[in-house]
Amino acid sequence: MSRLLNRLLGPGEPEVTCEQCFELLDEYVELEVQGKDAQAKLPGMRAHLEGCPACHEDHESLLAFVRAGGRA
Amino acid sequence: MQLVADESQTWLRELRDPETREAAAARLHALLLRAARFEVGRRRHSLGHVQAADVDDLATQAADDALIAILAKLDTFRGASRFTTWAYKFVLLEAAVKMRRRAWQGHEVTIDDEAWTRFASSGGGDEVETGELLAAIAQAVPRCLTDHQRRVLTALALDGVPVDVLAERMDTTRGALYKTLHDARRKLRAELEKEGLLP
Repeated sequence: MSRLLNRLLGPGEPEVTCEQCFELLDEYVELEVQGKDAQAKLPGMRAHLEGCPACHEDHESLLAFVRAGGRA
Repeated sequence: MQLVADESQTWLRELRDPETREAAAARLHALLLRAARFEVGRRRHSLGHVQAADVDDLATQAADDALIAILAKLDTFRGASRFTTWAYKFVLLEAAVKMRRRAWQGHEVTIDDEAWTRFASSGGGDEVETGELLAAIAQAVPRCLTDHQRRVLTALALDGVPVDVLAERMDTTRGALYKTLHDARRKLRAELEKEGLLP
């Protein structure tokens, strides 16, 4: 599906809200950094991150900063 | 794992104890400022016209605001991550929102209702299947969505207005706008499924 279609139609799967996403984001990122199945542990996060550009960016930032050891 | 939990507990204890609070808050602020500078560095391209000192001010403001938010929410830390990872999400959010709003400062957000008419007639996509879907969406939008849903979908999905910027202009929250977007998407998907355009 094109990026425009993604933006218009979203992921089409059950997803958490922006508030729930923020609540779970630190746990989700640490699971990812540890190589664990973050999606299985916290269902609905991946779909939300695909559907919400702002939460997607916040996730990328936290993941990048934690992967850099918080020392970037 | 125990070491991580101990480290988090130490942060909580020192930030709560009146004897150690000030020094711990200063150490935390230094970490938050580093994270904020990391974030504004990543997004620096979006603020090409803004002076470096102003961008660093944004990072400092983000660290200041995040520290206040964190100290007010210490009791909500669940221990599901390191304390510092939990704290970083506050400052990265503050920095990102400030950067997005700064990038849009002075830019009017106009919601172009005519865009859907042009969109429907152009088909909007290179591939036949995509073009067909986009044309169907453009026709479904005025038929299925409320005025508010149409405006939010147009601004966020078509015009690329960042949700935090739109929230500020419409005096609402990111969560409320995303809920509207989510409801609009659900209606459009249902309509496309009814027409046999989506599985």
